[in-house]
Amino acid sequence: MQDIYEWFRTLNETTGINLTIVHDAYDRRRMIEGFLNTIYLSAICLLFSIIIGVVGAWLQGSRLTWTRRLVNGYIQLFRNTPPLVQMYFFFFALGALMPRVENEWGIMEPILSNWHWAVISLSFFAGAFNVEIFRSGIEAVPRATVEAAEALGYTRLKAYRHVVLPLALRVCLPALNNNLVNLVKTTTLAYAIAVPEMLYVANQIWSDSLNVPEMMTFLLFAYVLLVGALVRVMNGWERAMRLPGFGT
Amino acid sequence: MSPDRLRGTTDLPVLLPAAGALAARARTERRIGGPVLRLRAWHGAALALLTVGWTGAVWAQDAATVAERSSALRALWEWLPVLLGGFVFNVAISFMAMGIGTATGTLLGLLQISELRVLRGASWLVTQFFRNAPWLVLLFYCMFLLPFEFTVLGVTIPFPDWVKAVIGLALPVMANVSEIVRGAVQSIPSGQWEAAHSLAFTRRQILWQIILPQCVKRMLPPWMNLYAILTMATVLASVVGVGEVMTLTQRALAAESRPEFLVPFYGFVMLLFFAYCYPIARVTQKLELRYAVKH
Repeated sequence: MQDIYEWFRTLNETTGINLTIVHDAYDRRRMIEGFLNTIYLSAICLLFSIIIGVVGAWLQGSRLTWTRRLVNGYIQLFRNTPPLVQMYFFFFALGALMPRVENEWGIMEPILSNWHWAVISLSFFAGAFNVEIFRSGIEAVPRATVEAAEALGYTRLKAYRHVVLPLALRVCLPALNNNLVNLVKTTTLAYAIAVPEMLYVANQIWSDSLNVPEMMTFLLFAYVLLVGALVRVMNGWERAMRLPGFGT
Repeated sequence: MSPDRLRGTTDLPVLLPAAGALAARARTERRIGGPVLRLRAWHGAALALLTVGWTGAVWAQDAATVAERSSALRALWEWLPVLLGGFVFNVAISFMAMGIGTATGTLLGLLQISELRVLRGASWLVTQFFRNAPWLVLLFYCMFLLPFEFTVLGVTIPFPDWVKAVIGLALPVMANVSEIVRGAVQSIPSGQWEAAHSLAFTRRQILWQIILPQCVKRMLPPWMNLYAILTMATVLASVVGVGEVMTLTQRALAAESRPEFLVPFYGFVMLLFFAYCYPIARVTQKLELRYAVKH
């Protein structure tokens, strides 16, 4: 490893290509943290957005009119406004209303940090799309299948979990994957509320080391590779989950 | 395999039409590289209600406390020329980015169906690269890496921030247009190519006289949807400091320094975008229905 670091140091001295994220231990640690933060943020939002999607789709099938209306309102609101505006709204408008608590150094700080707000706003943003996707998937499962499950003694929840969801998931998968890829790209917006993800860290590094071209190129390739890897995994998953005879 | 065909040939409890609709939607989204906009008139009504309602609430509060402070509505009225000017700038940015993106994207899309393997591979790579990169990162890339002026043959051409923003937004548009063009050309039944070949058309003639005229119809709805998405994405330019409507709104709010104006001002900006994107989304849906390919 030391040889590689040294090689990049010489590269800087001879050609001026200053990749501090390799040969400078501090920047390296920062960038690795930023990279992991991006993955962490994507993973958490992905998880929450799927949970929101499943629960929302279930609530949309509810018999109560107002529950359905509430879920519909949420979907329309989050689908049709720019995610950047949503994030500002959550962080600046709702964040200001939150009560403040004392942290371990005795400084007052809001209970929800910018990290939490980024997770909340991104999950709700992606979740709104997921509700619609899961709803369409559930609609695709014939009523007769659910009735058959009920005839076998499944409760509504159990029929949903063991019969409807596995079938619906396979129908949803292509649309769901599009949305998840979109979500990973949208995590860059967390930059706007100072969440230390890759774009933010890159910005800090080029402010310190004045190596904008190198950092930008690295960033571009890092994101393309990250999204490319995700697309590959998702496509593989789609193929593996396909039910013969149920595909479209 | 279409769900209709399945339904005809099997007794198994097959999936309902919603499955086909969802699959079609996933395919469209993959081609245009983003969600399909489905705006409704009541979205605008709800936005207007929120803006006006909040303005009224602020006004009522003001009337109760300090009478001489200006109301949110008056502040909005005063800032209106500035905000509208900023929005016109957004529209101008979106026009230019769309123009550049469409021109380069069409070229790239045609290269993707070239007969030369190298050209095909290279253009595919470029398309996938810019499709997979986040818009904000591409915007940052152009913002920081393009020089602020060019000197060609002794003539200095200035390169202000907004030109760089236009280029930064044109890159993802280019990649998506390329994919739309490729998808449209490939959606034309191959029988047409064969029929034209048998009538002794050259490849260029087939492409320009037979295939592409039919593609225009199929490309128009996704292209317009992409334009609406691009228009909404122009606010990203505010993150890199271009003086468009979002930047101006933030400055206006800073100048007023009244936190209760936040919702009316941002609501107004959202209304502007809605008013602009709603007709586009409607026309797109109409065209989609009219040009729907019947199988």
